[in-house]
Amino acid sequence: MRFLLDAEQRAFADSLHMMLTAADTPSVVRDWSRGEHASGRALWSRIAEVGVFALAVPEAHEGLGPRPVELAVAFLELGRHAVPGPLVETVSAAALLADLPDLGPAKRLLPALATGEAMATLAWTAPYALDGDVATTLLALTPQGLHLSPGHGPVRASLDPARRLSPLHAGGELLSPDPPTARTLTYARLTTAAQALGVGLALLDRTVAYVKQRTQFGASIGSFQAVKHRLADAKIALEFARPLLFGAALTLAPADVAAAKVTACEAAYATARIALQLHGAIGYTAEYDLSLWLTKARALRTAWGDPDVCRAEVLSGDRLNGDRRW
Amino acid sequence: MTVDLTHAPADEAFRAEARAWLHAHVPPDPLPSLETEDGFAAHRAWEAELAADRWSVVNWPAPYGGRDATLVRWLLFEEEYYAAGAPGRVNQNGISLLAPTLFDHGTEEQRARVLPPMATGEVVWAQAWSEPEAGSDLASLKSRARRAAGGWLLSGQKTWSSRAAFADRAFGLFRTDPDAPKPHQGLTYLMFDLHAPGVTVRPIARLDGKPAFAELFLDEVFVPDEDVIGEPGQGWRIAMSTAGNERGLMLRSPGRFLASADRLHRLWQAQGSPQSTKNRVADALIGARAYQLFTFAAASRFLDGESIGPESSLNKVFWSEYDIALHETALDLLGAEGELTDTDWSERYVFSLAGPIYAGTNEIQRDIIAERLLGLPKGRR
Repeated sequence: MRFLLDAEQRAFADSLHMMLTAADTPSVVRDWSRGEHASGRALWSRIAEVGVFALAVPEAHEGLGPRPVELAVAFLELGRHAVPGPLVETVSAAALLADLPDLGPAKRLLPALATGEAMATLAWTAPYALDGDVATTLLALTPQGLHLSPGHGPVRASLDPARRLSPLHAGGELLSPDPPTARTLTYARLTTAAQALGVGLALLDRTVAYVKQRTQFGASIGSFQAVKHRLADAKIALEFARPLLFGAALTLAPADVAAAKVTACEAAYATARIALQLHGAIGYTAEYDLSLWLTKARALRTAWGDPDVCRAEVLSGDRLNGDRRW
Repeated sequence: MTVDLTHAPADEAFRAEARAWLHAHVPPDPLPSLETEDGFAAHRAWEAELAADRWSVVNWPAPYGGRDATLVRWLLFEEEYYAAGAPGRVNQNGISLLAPTLFDHGTEEQRARVLPPMATGEVVWAQAWSEPEAGSDLASLKSRARRAAGGWLLSGQKTWSSRAAFADRAFGLFRTDPDAPKPHQGLTYLMFDLHAPGVTVRPIARLDGKPAFAELFLDEVFVPDEDVIGEPGQGWRIAMSTAGNERGLMLRSPGRFLASADRLHRLWQAQGSPQSTKNRVADALIGARAYQLFTFAAASRFLDGESIGPESSLNKVFWSEYDIALHETALDLLGAEGELTDTDWSERYVFSLAGPIYAGTNEIQRDIIAERLLGLPKGRR
């Protein structure tokens, strides 16, 4: 037992963090929210270059994966920087395509997902898909099977302006009449959990920095116990979500993954509420960058399995970690 | 070295050996409450039974009655111990608070004299930290230790002394230099006999009426020099140096909560798996798993040579609030039976209520998290 990321995994996180910091992601998010995708596509290519999408694609299809622990590491950083785009959907689509009994679609579609030339989205558990107006591989999973959708409907606005939602058109090429989907959901929840944890950590960091410099009554508001204790609670929630995330990445047991999803998303959402409150009115504005993370925390909570659904999954599992009693 | 949650075969063999022993020895019926005279005696006898086969202090060195178990093996032992429904540990204060201090700051003579009878339960220890006017602000304590020939004379009052109603000895901090410039200076860490002349023990009834703690009145109680731990005047540093270390990990093991969550899950299923408590039961399972994995990560860092430090404050707030939530869920599941004191859950619930108060209140822990982990400025408490 050694439940710590190794040096290589930590270095991978650090290099992504540095790259994303330099990329000025808040301005990319704002472009993306207006439907101007050029800067986002450029960022997507750079994320692909460091191998993030290849982590989800098997070696047989020109990827490096599947590497769930590294995916969790990467998605934590993507969330920390509020990177826009169908990130979770591309990874889940890779898992879905890789598992099809017919190798054809995987052979044709996966290499471009690994390199970042293609961007996938997936309509399945919700009536719409994320970023269908920019994704190039539109997958629709219905009781009729998995189709390569011919296009998307009108974009609907999300509470998180960076999430552009649209229904996918029915029809198109039938890729599989009855695809196996267990791993798809596992990867969707795992990467959503990682992204949410990153969102929560960013909200905490930004709020800690803010309360240190904001002065009222002649003192930094971060010296007030009522403020400290709320931030301590956020820290506790996030730090107990972290081991669930990496534990789930190791076991990939559905109950472990669901536990990580609900815990990370609830921790991020609780942190968002605290961040908003402690920023006061400035936090309640769209123009202040905090909003990019605040709104994402709300959206991720219900994406790919809301809290109730995830808790039900935990209870239906024999044991959270599957192979032994506890 | 890559991240890995599987245990080494030798560690799993250790776990299997513990499980087999517990299966053969754990009493089939629960012992009477630890906080009663009969129950205390029964739990003391259980400590002796554990010790006879060297299961009472597995992580201690063999000469003192242990098995030199690593931190990981200790965690596995604890999982098995609580999964087996084994009794609460009457000497927890000694084993998890005093013993680590003796390992770090005691003399070999002290370890050889104090630890073996602690391991067998022959000597059960109470803690004596708080005073009527010194709780969270422990360094303001006033109980004195005055120099005497060959030792010290203790005078003053201690309170909320867990286990002191029936225990044999106690340990705590006493002021040996009242002229020291700062409150946390001039304190000395001492062990003393609860039956010595000059000690009056007044048991205090806990919320459920059981004498789980006591007030100690000390009037010129003689303590020989051999019962001073470390240098006189260094007591605060000694008491705090191990507070955030592995002791922070070992105060409440994940095994305890994993077993509690399992019991709650079984209760929920026995009650027909009601939808109304579904989410709270799931949260109990998730929280136990989170605490187990959090502890595995902390143990891995510790084994890498890192110190644990203020992180143990995250741990303490988490488990203490988790424990209450779990037991509240159990009582709610019991419905009208939940108020009865003769259920399996009643005393555990009462015990859980103390968690956010002892071992540093959760308010103090949150201050530590904010100031030492998040870097927020110190302010008025």
